[in-house]
Order: sequence, then structure tokens, then C-alpha cells
Amino acid sequence: MSHSPSSRLFVATRKGLFTLERAAAGWRIAQTAFLGDPISIVHIDGAGRIYAALDLGHFGSKLKRSIDGGTTWEERAAPAYPEKPEEVDDRDDNGTSIPWKLQKIWALADGNATEATDSLWCGTLPGGLFRSDDGGASWELNRPLWDKPERKGWFGGGYDWPGIHSVFVDPRNADRVLVAISCGGVWVTENGGSTWSPRAEGMRAEYMPPERAYDQNVQDPHIMVASRENPDALWVQHHNGIFRSTDGAASWQEIKDIPRSGFGFAAAVHPQDPDTAWFVPAIKDEKRIPVDGQLVALRTRDGGATFEVLDQGLPQENAYDLIYRHSLDIDASGDRLAFGSTTGSLWITEDQGDSWTSLSAHLPPIYCVRFAA
Amino acid sequence: MPQVIFTSALERHLSCPPQEVAGGTVREVLNHAFATNPGVRAYVLDEQGALRKHMTVFVDGEAVRDRDGLSDGVKPDSQIYVMQALSGG
Repeated sequence: MSHSPSSRLFVATRKGLFTLERAAAGWRIAQTAFLGDPISIVHIDGAGRIYAALDLGHFGSKLKRSIDGGTTWEERAAPAYPEKPEEVDDRDDNGTSIPWKLQKIWALADGNATEATDSLWCGTLPGGLFRSDDGGASWELNRPLWDKPERKGWFGGGYDWPGIHSVFVDPRNADRVLVAISCGGVWVTENGGSTWSPRAEGMRAEYMPPERAYDQNVQDPHIMVASRENPDALWVQHHNGIFRSTDGAASWQEIKDIPRSGFGFAAAVHPQDPDTAWFVPAIKDEKRIPVDGQLVALRTRDGGATFEVLDQGLPQENAYDLIYRHSLDIDASGDRLAFGSTTGSLWITEDQGDSWTSLSAHLPPIYCVRFAA
Repeated sequence: MPQVIFTSALERHLSCPPQEVAGGTVREVLNHAFATNPGVRAYVLDEQGALRKHMTVFVDGEAVRDRDGLSDGVKPDSQIYVMQALSGG
């Protein structure tokens, strides 16, 4: 099924939410919202409603929603952790007490991937997955995942606490949901969240002692994406490489011989062609800058056997842009991709990455980029 | 009655004029203030009722000690300032 290309792009930054629109003369910033406020995630649901998660440093995480394309916003409820029972001593494997308090909203996904509903999943730090069936008016912590004893073995990657950053709802069956956690591997439910099982077999963690390198519960998938029309085809940009699954996450294969670097945060997969995927590499992990100051994207069209280095229109000297995990997106047509950087630069392609156009070099640090349908 | 004054930084997000409310502890005073302006609660306290990490409350110029329980005493003529800690960025 072919889709028309998207002409609307939402960019969540450290200092507000920017809406870009494609006019005859090209893309331009058409609207701003929440100027000055950090936006950790923006999500457009199946009905075209826009959710923005504000990460207010002093006042906590807030959730806002617009039903008119971003002109006006209403406050929704932020997910709230339940009270920790006094008899529960919830400590991670390092002995640190885990707060039952929302630290950050890090993922939003429709509860049904194929029709517009009021159901949402929300991934958070410190590791809780929440569900809403009323469009974010109320939330409930998914206890079966939260109560897994393995959760105590999760840990933060870059943050103090583990976080759920990827939630994928199977378009064939909304009761089947995959989540990816930094650092806690990949988990699946087949029954709407009643039970969960690990799904990170084959992933390898270089940052662990050798005997635990293949421990599913300590893997650090930076992002997990699935091909919309081939949902058993999944890609993960992992802390120390790229992994691919062709069997719905039952097993993962490590991709070898990646040009430039296997380190990065972001990934995108073509909605119709599961063998075609994009990544934005950076020098691993002590440095996190483009190799040789040259910003490039990588594209494979053969399931990771080979990669093309895409640099047309991207800065090839003195570029220190890092692309965070939610800051690369692909539209429903599969032709348009956009990514934004920690230094506030934003690029778009309309030909699958053959050439890129700079849309701005002066935005605040970019946290999340999402095309509207 | 004790007076509660909220940081002007909150005004960017929601209206929270000063209030005169009854109470013998910070918790009681804030609960009364939130009763008439419920939207403010989640901006000042986390979901477990503790003061948010980067918020501070001063009672007559002294920062409260019990940030979780908010049991610090309040006098009938106290002024309670709900402020934000300074941060970078």
C-alpha cells in the first residue's frame, strides 16, 4: 500500500515544540509552542491529535494535547506511579532504592496501530510502562512488567534510572506489544500486558563482563523500530552495534562491517521494505561525535549486508552534531526522512537520503522528530 | 492566617495568586491551597506527596527540612514562599 508523503513535521526540543510545513517554496517553521520548555517526546495519534510531553525541570513532567493541529493545547494527566508499599524494598542490583516517581516521559504509542482510539501506551523513566484508555486523562502503571523480578537488574544508560523509550504495538494484533529499555533489553506481551517475556536473544553487550555479554536483561537497545507493513522485521540501534530481527524479535542478529561506526542512537526502517533501514553513526561512546567531523547517515537496502554512506547535503567538516534516539523519523511514504541534532540542526530528505536539505542550524537541542500522517 | 506565595515562574504554566489559608504545618497549609487551586499540586509536589526535587519552601525565611513529610510548623502569621531552586540551561 502506498501512502502520500507527509508535509508536516513536529520537532521537540529543549526549548519548545516547532511545527514545520512544506509549502510550494519548501519547508518552513510554521508554528511554535511551549517556547522555553523542554519537550521530551511528541506523538501524533491515529486521529491526528498531538501529544507533547513537557519535561519541566522544577515542576515535573507534564502531558499536553492539541486536537486542532497545535494551535491550542489542553493539559492531560501525566502518568503517576502508585504509592510504594512500606513492606516493599525496591532496590536495583547495585542496592540503590528505585523511586516510584515519574522521572521522564520517554515514549508514547497508540494502543491500536491501525485505527484511531483513545488508548495509549507510555514508556517512562524509571522503567514503568503506563496505559491510558481515555486519551491521557488517566493512566495506570502496567504492574505485570513493573513487578517482574528482572526489573531490579535493569539500569540507567546515560540517566540515573532505566527507561522505556520504544513501544511497538503490532498492527495485526493490538494485544501484542514490544518494548525496548535502556538498559533492560526487549520485552513482549502477547496478551495486552498481562504477562511479559524477554525478547533480546542474540543481543550482545560489550560493556558487561564476558560471561554476561549475552544476558538479555542487560542489553542497551538505544532505539527499536519496526517496518509498518512487515512488523516482524525489526531493527535496533544498540549501544555497541546494530541488530536486526526478521522473526518478530524471537531472535536478533548482529550486523557486521558497518562503515564509519556501529555506535549511534537513532534508526528508521522503510514502512514497506523491511530490508531498507537508516542510521546516523557517531564515534562510540566516550566521544559521541561524528567520525572525522563529517556528518553522514547510513542506508542499507539489503537487510544490513551492505551500507551506503549518505553525505549529500550534510556538513562534511567540523560537524559535531549528535542525533538522539527519537530524533530520526521516516514518513508513511518511505521517501521522506528527517533528523535533528543536539546542536539544533535539522535536515530533511525527500529521496530516501540520496540528498539532504538543511532546514535550520539554529534550533535548540533536538529531542524528538515526528512526521504527521 | 498563614499566607502562601508561589514563585512567579509558575505563572507561565498556570495561575496561582497568593492565598491565605489555615494550617499548622506546611502540609496542611499547602493542602488547603491546593484545595482551591488543584492544578498547582502536581507542579509543586510529586505523585507521592513529597516536595519536587528542585522546589523549595521557605517558612518565614527558613527552608523547610522535612521535604517528604512537610511537617515543619507554621505560625498563624507565617509567610510561606514556594520557590524553585536555581538551575542552569
